[in-house]
Amino acid sequence: MTLFLQFAIAGITMGALYSLIALGFVLIYKSSKILNFAQGEFVLVGGYVGLFFITQLGLPIWLGVVLLVAALALLGFVIEKLTIRPLVGQPILAIIIMTLGLSLLINGTVICITGSELGTFPQFIPTAPIKIGGAVFSQVYAWCFGIAVILVALSTYFFLYTRYGLYMRATAESHEVAQSVGIKVRSTFTLAWVIAAAIGGIGGFLLGIIMGVSGDLSEFGLKVFPVVLLGGLESIPGAIIGGMVIGLLENVAAGYLDPLMGGGVTEVFPYIIMVIILIFKPYGLFGLTRIERI
Amino acid sequence: MLYLNNVEVVYSNVILVLKGVSLELSDGHIVALLGANGAGKSTTLKAISGLLKSEDGRVTDGSIEFNGKEIKNGDAEKIARMGILQVMEGRRVFEQLNVEENLRAASGHWGGASNTAQDLEMVYDYFPKLRTYKKKTSGYLSGGEQQMLVMGRALMGHPKVMLLDEPSLGLAPLVTEQILEIIQLVNEREKVSVLLVEQNATMALSIANHAYVMEDGHIVLDGPAEKLMENEDVKEFYLGLSQVGHKKSYHDVKHYKRRKRWLG
Repeated sequence: MTLFLQFAIAGITMGALYSLIALGFVLIYKSSKILNFAQGEFVLVGGYVGLFFITQLGLPIWLGVVLLVAALALLGFVIEKLTIRPLVGQPILAIIIMTLGLSLLINGTVICITGSELGTFPQFIPTAPIKIGGAVFSQVYAWCFGIAVILVALSTYFFLYTRYGLYMRATAESHEVAQSVGIKVRSTFTLAWVIAAAIGGIGGFLLGIIMGVSGDLSEFGLKVFPVVLLGGLESIPGAIIGGMVIGLLENVAAGYLDPLMGGGVTEVFPYIIMVIILIFKPYGLFGLTRIERI
Repeated sequence: MLYLNNVEVVYSNVILVLKGVSLELSDGHIVALLGANGAGKSTTLKAISGLLKSEDGRVTDGSIEFNGKEIKNGDAEKIARMGILQVMEGRRVFEQLNVEENLRAASGHWGGASNTAQDLEMVYDYFPKLRTYKKKTSGYLSGGEQQMLVMGRALMGHPKVMLLDEPSLGLAPLVTEQILEIIQLVNEREKVSVLLVEQNATMALSIANHAYVMEDGHIVLDGPAEKLMENEDVKEFYLGLSQVGHKKSYHDVKHYKRRKRWLG
């Protein structure tokens, strides 16, 4: 039981981070039907940019994080303006391939610049371990979980209860109708990319605290797929729950199976779940049901 | 306030749909645009509102002037912000959003200082039914309620001109009548000019000041609504009336010839 709790706590923390990263992905998909293969690169860049500001320049943590968010928001803005905007109106596949190309481009650039070396953030979270029901875990998990949950809650609030969140949801339903009531559809796309990049960047920072910053961070972009497919591509609650479920299952499965299989279960397990979901529930748990009155 | 002068519209660079349409919408008027399917009525509205662009259409000739400003081929959202709001055919609500969210989505775009709460009250006063369904997902509303919602949504944008595309489509006669009354009321109280596209000519002519008849991308007839109602051709083709007391025979109809004569 203690062992299970140990795995579960690590799993939920990772799950919260998955949810956060997936949220950025869903945001872009919802507003423009673009599958953003470069979401993982926002995580990667976020990690290294954070490393640059905090570890290399030695800025205070809060300032480093603010600059990181600003830098990633700018990156999202530039990417949308330069590479996505000119393709609006082209087949959606062209845009998706563009994001795939971007993902490789950014990944390669980051490796060139950093050498993909493992970097760590200075210790700023108290190290004293926390005990819950016999399970002992480091405070880092608790902090990262807390921050991720707060950010997810903030994003959800933005989406559901603010004016610009509403414009985004309206745009997601029909670009034409949104335009007809005066919503600036193109600005809405830009906003979605800015937010997705910023969220991904913070995700990279938090992951960097837990496991160090390295080239591996970009793999979280791929892990977004099982998460959003489980939750439903267009659903925000889906992304949140999907992230938690995948994180939890992955860690618990890895905890028990890794000793038997000799490791690597974390890498594979989410995709096993993904395949099973695609077979039995292709729209995910909370995917949009098209409303049709008969 | 809104002038179309010899407007030509081409889709996908090849298909000529409007072949020189001129019409005028004066301040505070209701103008009806009648015609059969495919005559170019909806295209005319989309040419004005700028929604043509998303269908790969373009105004290639002529001018569209709104309060002295050329708005030809403008961005749809900019034109909406200027106060020309199109209510598209087919009750295009944001299905997944609830009623109030639908209305709020259209708020805050026009140039002036907007007071969303006040605007919502105004819309609910015109459409009391919407008030009771505030939190209902709009995709599940009935057809009439959805039509009210899209009209209310247009009102949220403080329109000076409303372009209504077939508001009576597929609605029960009683509901159609309600919608009509509201159009008149909005026209009077909010000083909104209305360009009304309709298949239901009787209905449209009953509230319009002026009317145009379109066929095959041209305006073939226009005049004050009362005059058009008396016009023999309009009676025959759009009002479904024939001379009283005469038994109708297919020999007398000759639709085709008479249409041809219009086109000249």
